[in-house]
Amino acid sequence: MTTQLNTPEQVNLENISNLESSDLKLSRRSFVVGTASAVGGGLSVGFHVPALAQSAQAAATQEVNAWVVIRPDDSCVIRVVRAEMGQGTHTGLAQLVAEELECDWARVSVQQMTAGQNLARNRVWKNMATGGSRGIRESHEYVRQGGAAAKIVLLQAAANQFGVPVAELSVSKGVINHAASGRQLSYGQVADQASKLPAPDVKTIKLKSPKDWKLAGQPLKRLDTAMKVNGRLKYAVDIKLPGMVYAAIKACPVFEGKLKSFDDSAVKSMRGVKAVLRVDDNAVAVVADNWWRAKQALNALPIVWDEGVHAKASSETIRANIVEGLTSSNNVYAETNIGDVDDAIAKAHKRVEATYITPFVSHACMEPMNCTALITENKAEVWVASQNAEASLAELAKSTGLDVSKCEVYNSSLGTGFGRRGGFQDYVKQAALIGKQMLGTPVKLLWSREEDITHDFYRPIGHCKMSAGLDKQGNLVGMSIRVSGQSINAFAAPHNIKDGKDRRQLQGLWPEPDDAQFGYTIPNLKVEYAMRNSHVPVGPWRGVNTNQNGLYSECFMEEVVHASGKDALEFRRALLKDHPKHLGVLNAVAEKAGWGKPTAAGRHRGIAQFMGYGSYTAAVAEISIKGNEIKIHKLVLATNCGHAVNQRMVAAQVEGSVAYALDTLQSEVTIKDGRVEQSNFDTYPIARLKQMPHIETVIAPTFDFWGGVGEPTICVVAPAILNAIYKARGTPIRNLPLKNSGLKIV
Amino acid sequence: MIQLNINGQDQQVDVEPEMPLLWVLRDTLGMTGTKFGCGIAQCGACTVHLNGQPVRSCSYPVSAAVGQKIVTIEGLSNDSTHPVQEAWLALDVPQCGYCQSGQIMAASALLAKIPKPTDKDIDEAMTNICRCGTYQRIRAAIHHAAETGKGIGSVIHYMAEGHESTSIDSETITNA
Repeated sequence: MTTQLNTPEQVNLENISNLESSDLKLSRRSFVVGTASAVGGGLSVGFHVPALAQSAQAAATQEVNAWVVIRPDDSCVIRVVRAEMGQGTHTGLAQLVAEELECDWARVSVQQMTAGQNLARNRVWKNMATGGSRGIRESHEYVRQGGAAAKIVLLQAAANQFGVPVAELSVSKGVINHAASGRQLSYGQVADQASKLPAPDVKTIKLKSPKDWKLAGQPLKRLDTAMKVNGRLKYAVDIKLPGMVYAAIKACPVFEGKLKSFDDSAVKSMRGVKAVLRVDDNAVAVVADNWWRAKQALNALPIVWDEGVHAKASSETIRANIVEGLTSSNNVYAETNIGDVDDAIAKAHKRVEATYITPFVSHACMEPMNCTALITENKAEVWVASQNAEASLAELAKSTGLDVSKCEVYNSSLGTGFGRRGGFQDYVKQAALIGKQMLGTPVKLLWSREEDITHDFYRPIGHCKMSAGLDKQGNLVGMSIRVSGQSINAFAAPHNIKDGKDRRQLQGLWPEPDDAQFGYTIPNLKVEYAMRNSHVPVGPWRGVNTNQNGLYSECFMEEVVHASGKDALEFRRALLKDHPKHLGVLNAVAEKAGWGKPTAAGRHRGIAQFMGYGSYTAAVAEISIKGNEIKIHKLVLATNCGHAVNQRMVAAQVEGSVAYALDTLQSEVTIKDGRVEQSNFDTYPIARLKQMPHIETVIAPTFDFWGGVGEPTICVVAPAILNAIYKARGTPIRNLPLKNSGLKIV
Repeated sequence: MIQLNINGQDQQVDVEPEMPLLWVLRDTLGMTGTKFGCGIAQCGACTVHLNGQPVRSCSYPVSAAVGQKIVTIEGLSNDSTHPVQEAWLALDVPQCGYCQSGQIMAASALLAKIPKPTDKDIDEAMTNICRCGTYQRIRAAIHHAAETGKGIGSVIHYMAEGHESTSIDSETITNA
């Protein structure tokens, strides 16, 4: 093994999770990680995932540095720790490393490192958490430095072999050329020598200008498609281990309720059933030799719940509390208070007022929640789809009581994440608690879809009351925005609420330059948040908070535009003059959508812009209405993400954002008797192919910052569509989903 | 014992007749290319072919599959050369990929029935859920496989400063 293992002294897990967890207290305590030797050499840890077995072996050989492995046959393995959940981050990160490395892209593969390996090497690969559209924008620099550092030692090794100065060498596609002598060496021929050379000081590394990029910035194909078209990619849910058994689980349907008792006599003799277990104070599981048999027995199991204090809670009681927050002076904070809004609106020539309503929605990840655990007296391993493998590791250590050095997390490609699989590691906890009761036997815990829809961490419910005033010329003189609703931080990360200010719920409405800045300049502006929580668990939902806030502000802005009698584009342009990047994408989308040009008969357009996750986005939607049926014909979507590492993957995220945004328009989770009323895709509708419009993506990068891609577009899709519907019907839609207005998308 | 013919091979399984075919494939036979998504025939992640017809195996009792030719994603081709798989590769359709086995089985059944489908045919046949929202590329890839000449994949207008505004569509992807 050529790898040098750093000996971690004290790695504090305090900062490992920047996605929230309902219960990451462990990671907030000072928590000491064991030495590398206790981890068993880190890199010798075997993956039990067949598809990854080869790359695990590769990891033990020919490591040029932490990021790059080059085999004697010149194949190149690029290491990553961010999670691949469909967003393409593995390919994008590999492009960035390969750009600096100058290897042969046709020979590149990607290896996912584990949380245990990362900790054992003093977190050489840095943050594993994959959320907030951070995969590229917060790791582009150090991954490029990793590629550049590898190139430096590879060239030095060749220079040593040739006996010439490095300056006389050039490299292209992994072949080092000494022009003066006509000699060549491939990366594979010098990798072993290169690995023994001292790593260059990172401060001496000069990264390429994006203008000189050859691989990054190109619309390359993804590296991980082949096994996704023949069924061979092993997701976490596909793991099979020798002697493995299967668990089906049911938690108390009322949040915060408890498991009182169950009568296993009725199901113990059912075919294949191995055990009926109390998982914790909240859930019961049946373990069998096949998941369907486990589920059948669970369905037949008599269970008594203690539904607790929330057994009578309903959408009505939750909403009453939120409505109170719209006008209350209690527990409200003002994020922005410029000028005198009340006075400006009171004296205005024309006033506009509206309240918008957005419901709880569910992630409904395509791959249902699952985790396979193998727990022994002194070792704990899980196979799981996780957006934050270090949060999974922390949860595993906590749930088993084992030192983190005796735990390992094998993370496969995720069947989507959307924020559900980040800080919340409830399925890891459950699998570990089941595994502890079956020491030495691998157990695959798999949730039913019903368990998933009814035990999610939902997008927070919210209402927003807005008012605005216009002068005689139709200029906006004042606007007040009051968001009232549930807080993600209050549920998942209360330490992020400082001095009663929960800024996160106002993402996209922040006044100062930040990664989610409000773009409009309004002389009198007030933005407030009234926290009104319920017993329903909430969490980040792809496009966190910008989806609701973008909808509120852009749909209301359309009502203001309507009152002004002006054009929707021109009205916004005037307000965005101080924010050229917001304005830039708006202009780009208007140009490509042909804003201002006539539409086909019966068609109507709507426009919207917003900012989130460091990127600027804008949309134009084109729709028609027949009776109560809405047809979305076309969406043109513009994004300035600073740098577009792969245009086709940016387009894929933009296209996917449209489907995801349709949830915002047609889906809702409601509460009755303390529990979720919806349970599966028959009651919780998901966008289908026939509902999709034709989508065009406008990529307008300015190369002076790095923004996210996976999330930022979602927040402009729904308002652009709603504004087009408003145009068609003459009345705005303020209460989502659309069925509340008797409408549906066909 | 229940006798099945899967991907051209006869197999015997000792399971309850009412066990859904999906769980026989996944847990009894270890054929995990066919996915579980909902369990109520709503999402189509579990789609397989029975005598060429697309069937949602999560809600199809194994006993009903006896005597039929079952084809799963693993058996659609030996080497990913079915025209639908080739189109999926050409247009880089998958994102997370979890639903794509089912999408590909649904699309290949559609093309077996209607070799040159219209958009409306595609709308009606392709009811599988994709949470990543790969639908536009799915539609384009079906047109691509069927050689209808009507595929419109990703339409990208690249408007970087200092660049001419260029448009890229998904049928012209190249590897560097």
